[in-house]
Amino acid sequence: MSLDAHDITWSANGAPIIDGITVSLPQGRLTGLLGPNGSGKSTLLRLLAGLLRPRAGTVLLDGRRLGELPRREVARRLAVVAQETSTDIDMTVTDVVMLGRIPHRTGLARVSGDGPRDVLEAEKALARCGLEGWGDRRWSTLSGGERQRVNIARALAQRPTELLLDEPTNHLDIHHQLDLLRMLADAPTTVVASLHDLNLAAQYCDHLLLMEAGRLVASGPPAEVLTEQWLERVYRVRATVTLSPDGRPHLRYTSLDDPSPAFTSGDGR
Amino acid sequence: MTSHAPSRTTGTARPAVPGTAGRGRRWPGALSLSGAGLVALPLSVALAVTVGAADLSIGDMFRSVAAHLGLPVAALPPLQDAIVWELRLPRVLLAALVGGGLAVCGAVLQALTRNPLADPYLLGISSGASTGAVAILILGLGSAATLTVGAFAGSVAAFCCVLALAGAGMASPVRVVLAGVAVSQLFGAVTSLIVIWAGDAHSTRSVTFWLLGSLASATWSGAALCAAAAGIALAVCWAAAPALDAFAFGREAAESMGVSPVRTQLTLLIVTALSTSALVAASGAIGFVGLIVPHAVRFLAGSRHRVLLPACALYGAIFLLWADTAARALFAPREIPVGVLTALIGVPAFAAVMRRRSTAR
Repeated sequence: MSLDAHDITWSANGAPIIDGITVSLPQGRLTGLLGPNGSGKSTLLRLLAGLLRPRAGTVLLDGRRLGELPRREVARRLAVVAQETSTDIDMTVTDVVMLGRIPHRTGLARVSGDGPRDVLEAEKALARCGLEGWGDRRWSTLSGGERQRVNIARALAQRPTELLLDEPTNHLDIHHQLDLLRMLADAPTTVVASLHDLNLAAQYCDHLLLMEAGRLVASGPPAEVLTEQWLERVYRVRATVTLSPDGRPHLRYTSLDDPSPAFTSGDGR
Repeated sequence: MTSHAPSRTTGTARPAVPGTAGRGRRWPGALSLSGAGLVALPLSVALAVTVGAADLSIGDMFRSVAAHLGLPVAALPPLQDAIVWELRLPRVLLAALVGGGLAVCGAVLQALTRNPLADPYLLGISSGASTGAVAILILGLGSAATLTVGAFAGSVAAFCCVLALAGAGMASPVRVVLAGVAVSQLFGAVTSLIVIWAGDAHSTRSVTFWLLGSLASATWSGAALCAAAAGIALAVCWAAAPALDAFAFGREAAESMGVSPVRTQLTLLIVTALSTSALVAASGAIGFVGLIVPHAVRFLAGSRHRVLLPACALYGAIFLLWADTAARALFAPREIPVGVLTALIGVPAFAAVMRRRSTAR
C-alpha cells in the first residue's frame, strides 16, 4: 500500500501551481503538509487524490497510475476531506456518513437499504470522531466545526488506507483539534493533512512536508523541517525553536517586520 | 457541542453502540409514506374517474374496465362506457403519469445541479419541449412519437441555452434560475408565435395548452408513451440513486466517493430531458410539479434518493391527478388549465424554499 507522486506539475492559466514535486508518503503515518497561503497545498492534495490530473508526472497508488484506475476502486482505498463542504440538501448526519459507503456497495446493495456492514462502519466512524449517537441530527443545524467532524467521519466510513485532509482543523476548537490529530496519528492509515498550526504539526505529525511556491522544499521528521532557517525563508517569520523532552520542536515566532521585545530579549540579540 | 462530558476520540475504534447510526429515525416514516402512497394512488385513480358531469360510480368504472379487458361482465351503456374508457380514465392515468414523471425529473435535476429550485419547468426544459412539439405539428408530422422527438430536440436546445447563460458548471443557483426564466420566456414566446402564425389549420392545440398545460386531450397512446417515459426515468435514476446522493456535496466530492460525475450528469440529464419531452408532448408545460413534490417528499422521507425517487413518483402522480381533477371540476362546466392551478400552489412553495434557503445559510 503506497501513494507516491513522481515529478508532478500542475498549472492554471499558464502559471505553475505545482512545480515538479516528487513525494512518497510514509505508510501508516501522519504526514503534515505545511506551507504559507497559496503555496499549493490544496492543489497537491487534489493531485494526490486523483481529483486533478497532473499536467506532467505521475501519481501512483500501489505502483499503478491513479488516472488509470477505476474511480470506484480508488474511492475504496483513498478518502478525501475537502476544505469547503456545503450542501443545500437537508441531510441527517447518518445520510452524510453513509455517502462514504457508496464505493463499497456493489450490485443490488447499491440501491437496497444500508447493510449491517455499512451501519457498523458508519457507527465506528462516528465514534472515532466523538459523534456517537449523532446519527439523526440534521446537517443544517450543525456548526462549522461539527460539520467538519461529520465530514471526517464520512471519510473514515470509506475505510481508506490513504486519507487526505485539507486543513481538517479549520473551524475546530482547540480540544477537538487535539482529539482529531491524536486520532489521525494513532490510526493505522496513511494520512496527509495540510495544517497551518506549526506547533500542532510538530506535536502530532510523524513526517512533515514543507511547500513554497509550488515546490517541496523540505521534508522529514518535525525537528528537521521546523528549523529557524526554513521558517524564516518560507513563512517570513523569526522563530525560536526549543526541543521538548520527546524530541519534538516547539516554536515561538514573530513577524520579520515586527521586532517584538519579548522575542529579542529571549536570545539576547 | 456538548460541554459537559468531554467527548473522547480514540485511535482504535471503540465497539459501536448499536442503533445510533445506520437506519435513521425516519426509516419507518419513509416506508409507511411509500406504503400509504401505494394504497392512495389506485384509490385516487378510481375516485377521480367518478368526478365529473356524468354521474358514474366506482362500480361503473370497474365494469367498464373489466368489459374492455374481456372479462365476463355486463358492459356499460355505450355513452357511459365511452366517458369512462375514452375520456376520464386516460386523462386520470395521464395526469398520474405526467405528475409522477415530472416529480422524479425535478428531484433528479435538483440533485444534479445542486439547486433546490431546479425543475423541468423553471429550467426552461418544458418550454423548449413545447416549442419543439409545436414545430413538429406545424410541419404536419404530428403523432405521439414524432411529437416526442420534436419535444426532445426542443428541450435539449433549451437546456443548452440555460447552460450557456448560467455557465456549464451551474455553480450559481441564482444564475441558473435566472437563465431558466429567460429561456422559458424565449421558448414560450416562440411557441406562441408559431401557434398563432399557423392558426388552427395545422394545430389543434392552443397556445394555452402548450404554455400552461392541459390533460384534456388525453389519449391511451399518449398515456402509454408517458408510462414508458416516466417508467424509464424512474428506473434509470433509481439505479443511480447512490450517485445522486453523492452529488449533495458537489462534483468533486462525488468523484472522491467513486462516482463519475461527468458520466452521471450526462446520462441523467439526457434521461430527464427525454422523459420531460414525452410528458410535455402529451400534456403541455405543466409547471411546479417537479419543484413542490420533491421538496415535500424530502421533508417527510429524507433526502436519500433510493427512497426519495419512488416516493416522488407516487406523490407526484397523486398530486397532479387531484390537481387536474380540481381543474376540471371546480368551475365546471368551465375548465381551468391545470398549469394555472399548479402555479397557484407552486409559487408559494417556491417562495418557501427560497426563504428556507436564505435562513439555512
